[in-house]
Amino acid sequence: MRYLPLSPDDRGVMLKKIGVPDMDALFRDVPRSAVVPLSAFDLPDTQGELEVDRALSKLAAKNVAAGAGPFFCGAGAYKHHVPSAVDHLIQRSEFLTSYTPYQPEIAQGTLQYLFEFQTQVALLTGMEVANASLYDGSTATAEGVMMAQRLTRRGKAILSGGLHPHYAETVETVAGLTGAIVRAPVTPGSAEDIIALIDDDTACVVVQSPDVFGLIRNLRPIAEAAHAKGALLIAVVTEIVSLGLLESPGAQGADIVAAEGQSIGNGLNFGGPYVGLFATREKFLRQMPGRLTGETTDVEGRRGYVLTLSTREQHIRREKATSNICTNSGLCTLAFTIHLSLLGEEGFARLARLNHAKASALADRLSAIPGAQLVTPAFFNEFTLRLPKAAAPLVDALANKGVIAGVPASRLMPHEKSADNLLIVAATETATDEDFAAFERALKEVL
Amino acid sequence: MEIDANRRKVVAPGYHAPEELTTISGDRGLDHEEKLIFEIGRDGVTGVDFPEVQLSGARLGGQQRKTAIGLPGLSEPEVIRHYVRLSRMNYAIDAGLYPLGSCTMKHNPRLNEKMARLPGFGDLHPLAPRATTQGALALISQLMNWLTVLTGMPAVAMSPKAGAHGELCGLLAIRAAIAARGENRPRILVPESAHGTNPATAAFAGFTVDEVPAKPNGHVDAQALKAKLGPDVAAIMLTNPNTCGLFEGEVVEIAKAVHEAGAYFYCDGANFNAIAGRVRPGDLGIDAMHINLHKTFSTPHGGGGPGAGPVVLSAALAPFAPLPLLVADKDGFKLIEDRDELRLFSELGGAKPFGRMSAFHGQMGMFVRALAYMLSHGRDGVRQASEDAVLSANYILASLKDVMSAPFGDGPCMHEALFDDTFLEGTGVTTLDFAKAMIDEGYHPMTMYFPLVVHGAMLIEPTESESKASLDAFIHVLREMALEAKAGRKARFEGAPRLAPRRRLDETAAARKPILRWKRAELPQAAE
Amino acid sequence: MSETRFTDQHEWVRLEGDTATVGITKYAAEALGDVVFVELPAKGRKVGAGGEAAVVESVKAASEVYAPVGGEVSEANSALEAAPATVNDDPEGAGWFFKLKGVAPGDFTKLMTQAAYAEFVKGL
Repeated sequence: MRYLPLSPDDRGVMLKKIGVPDMDALFRDVPRSAVVPLSAFDLPDTQGELEVDRALSKLAAKNVAAGAGPFFCGAGAYKHHVPSAVDHLIQRSEFLTSYTPYQPEIAQGTLQYLFEFQTQVALLTGMEVANASLYDGSTATAEGVMMAQRLTRRGKAILSGGLHPHYAETVETVAGLTGAIVRAPVTPGSAEDIIALIDDDTACVVVQSPDVFGLIRNLRPIAEAAHAKGALLIAVVTEIVSLGLLESPGAQGADIVAAEGQSIGNGLNFGGPYVGLFATREKFLRQMPGRLTGETTDVEGRRGYVLTLSTREQHIRREKATSNICTNSGLCTLAFTIHLSLLGEEGFARLARLNHAKASALADRLSAIPGAQLVTPAFFNEFTLRLPKAAAPLVDALANKGVIAGVPASRLMPHEKSADNLLIVAATETATDEDFAAFERALKEVL
Repeated sequence: MEIDANRRKVVAPGYHAPEELTTISGDRGLDHEEKLIFEIGRDGVTGVDFPEVQLSGARLGGQQRKTAIGLPGLSEPEVIRHYVRLSRMNYAIDAGLYPLGSCTMKHNPRLNEKMARLPGFGDLHPLAPRATTQGALALISQLMNWLTVLTGMPAVAMSPKAGAHGELCGLLAIRAAIAARGENRPRILVPESAHGTNPATAAFAGFTVDEVPAKPNGHVDAQALKAKLGPDVAAIMLTNPNTCGLFEGEVVEIAKAVHEAGAYFYCDGANFNAIAGRVRPGDLGIDAMHINLHKTFSTPHGGGGPGAGPVVLSAALAPFAPLPLLVADKDGFKLIEDRDELRLFSELGGAKPFGRMSAFHGQMGMFVRALAYMLSHGRDGVRQASEDAVLSANYILASLKDVMSAPFGDGPCMHEALFDDTFLEGTGVTTLDFAKAMIDEGYHPMTMYFPLVVHGAMLIEPTESESKASLDAFIHVLREMALEAKAGRKARFEGAPRLAPRRRLDETAAARKPILRWKRAELPQAAE
Repeated sequence: MSETRFTDQHEWVRLEGDTATVGITKYAAEALGDVVFVELPAKGRKVGAGGEAAVVESVKAASEVYAPVGGEVSEANSALEAAPATVNDDPEGAGWFFKLKGVAPGDFTKLMTQAAYAEFVKGL
């Protein structure tokens, strides 16, 4: 077995040093009845690299990669161009094969990039502090709701109907234990009257912008109404590139920002691993979940970084921790911060403008097709079309024509009959005019 | 010890490092200092070229950004140099033995990285049409088969994103199962030697935590545990092999008592790597166990993540597994993403999912790596890996217990060897000093002060990835260090490390006045 | 006339009239190490004897401070929020945590005297 360095002779010498006759003696605490022979496992035996490569490549080839043709899926995960340098750098052994930076003297590389990452996230979101990441946008949203419940000592969370349904279900599952979760009705293409739902028991209001249909929301009036009742506004962003063109949630009065950072540096990966961004105001710092890196000095006075405020965390606080989270999204965080360093202010703004320009052009072309109607008047790089028939079968038909046309809203909200004919379409910098033409042509054919 | 005003030069009595040169640059050979990107970057520079587009009729609902973000501009060569320099300040398993107990720092095969990056996996959208994702769903199905066969459990929930997330998934399934019985059981029993995530998760899932003591031999006190069982106990959370590196031999008996009391048995699977391919948790009476794919199946730790924590479930808990569920019909594999769709699949008639753990369907990138690991090892390699891990830990225990103190060293350990600080008594050297001095010797320290049940704990997990020569070199260094400490030569320990990119950092100052991000106002000061 | 009593959780309490001043003992402050953060109770909060009233944190540990006697919080030592090191420098003086009013004398006399606490610490 190529990954195991001990030879049979080594094993013999080691057993002798230990003073036992065989391996079974080392497992003597295991009840005899619980030890099973190898034949009990109906699984294959060891294989060479070539065989494994072949088997997995065969499975991979059965999928249609986003880059294989015209592709327009979004709804919480976005296809972007990731510069080659990113993947090269994150595969450096010192990043890839290191542990959580618990020994800061020999983990300054990880700690410094986390400090830079925290700064980038705070700047992007317009917030004062950010943590070193959570699992993904959906779990970050659930953590945000629980944090608001702790801060306000209230239970009720109001979720906007435009919040990604998977996010809403994650919040209900996790934060529903500590308070009532109220979901506002879904209103594709327009903002629901969420303000009317805020009362004195409300811990927080959760609003996604751009929302799951791509609609850009104005958070200011919601923030004001929430604050008037002593509640917090949690802003959710699933497409972080939008912040290159849109006003930050912090500038609009958000108290907590929970976002998905996949778009920067990270591939689609069929849903994970992604990177949850989490930012808040300094006064709420002590209730923030997740790992934090802080600046300090070493005994010689040199600047350095350490994990800090760990008393909030599970390994010290145990059952009184702010969250049970132990990991962060380490390597995905690194990919994010490298990609954003490459982009810089200018590159990020250009990327955002390019996305909006592409989506605008596509929205114009598709909504000109008889029967197709644009329902999102304001959008970034994703919009929703109302089609004359159910969107799900159309998407399958379009896939057969080589166009991955987007996400049918019914896949995310099967109970919402008004959503059956809605198609959520994303166009990023990766889409070309030829892709647009293919989409337009194929849609005309199936309608 | 005296610290010279020249910041690089350290003079310590009895410390024989060669006199060091104070450099003009502050750098030292291959060791480069590196500023923050915010101190390197400037306006007008970028590392990505995009065409400029004019937005004449932007449809942004009046929400257009009015102020700059404040991101620094860097070219590609600068970015590459920045991160390469940062990387060289990190210790890594690829560079040396990484003996962190309970963390399992084993080799990360590069084939696995290559497989995860195949466009069919890495560039696949989670909501792409079903027909275009059949290979990915088949891969998840294969991985589920491996996990259920290796554990002897009937079902597995794939969506948890890390070990602690898996714990939460398991406890929520238990919560749902108890609610379905119309019962209310608010209490969870957790041994005091447990990982911190166990009590944190129990509290997170709305339970109260009741600690069970350990016996002097490092095993959970089964009698005390049984005495605490009652109609208000929902579950126990037991780590096996436990955090002292010992197999809980009474596990079957404990499981029986737990089930008789109407409770469930959650096993923290962090240490499954000691027994995989030899013992099936399902045979031990376990109801739920998370599997850290980043430990047992070697997906890279990546400086702290991402992880993946699928949870295997017993028949009693399987119906409560969260959405999405993977099923197969005549058209191939399909994900059930909504409760209403369950009706379409009769074999799922009894399914009552407790909810959803996260968006989409789990850490696919980690699934590909883990399956590549499993296919490479095969069942025989998995078993051999477990055996080699246990053998290596016992070899270290046997080779060090005469000079260090092993509280449970009379018998064999599993995959990790536990020492305490008895051997340092009276030397003035603490566990922390001893561990930090390992850094000067080119090693990452072992896990310190965990588990909490022994004083000044040092937990060493060599894994199966070390050659005998590597183990012998490590043993030699630790033996010599222990002898130095006992001989009263404190100097090498006090204030260690000296030869790392940084010396000990002021964590107190960091916590009292937290600086959690760079701010422009700090520029003059940061420039030194 | 004031007297100081102690708990087995290493709090001290000084009673003057029906007002009690509470802090953590020198032994506790040393065991905890450099204090980096304290969380104090709000004025007017009612706590029972043995109830959680405050939190004290060092870099590696966090610990509850329990109210040794029941009462209503009449004052919290907010100076500690900006200068948590005071807890290490003067734990049984300027490093006090909070004051309780309306304390029942019976609660107080149940606690350890200075001598009994010294004996208790010796046995740890």
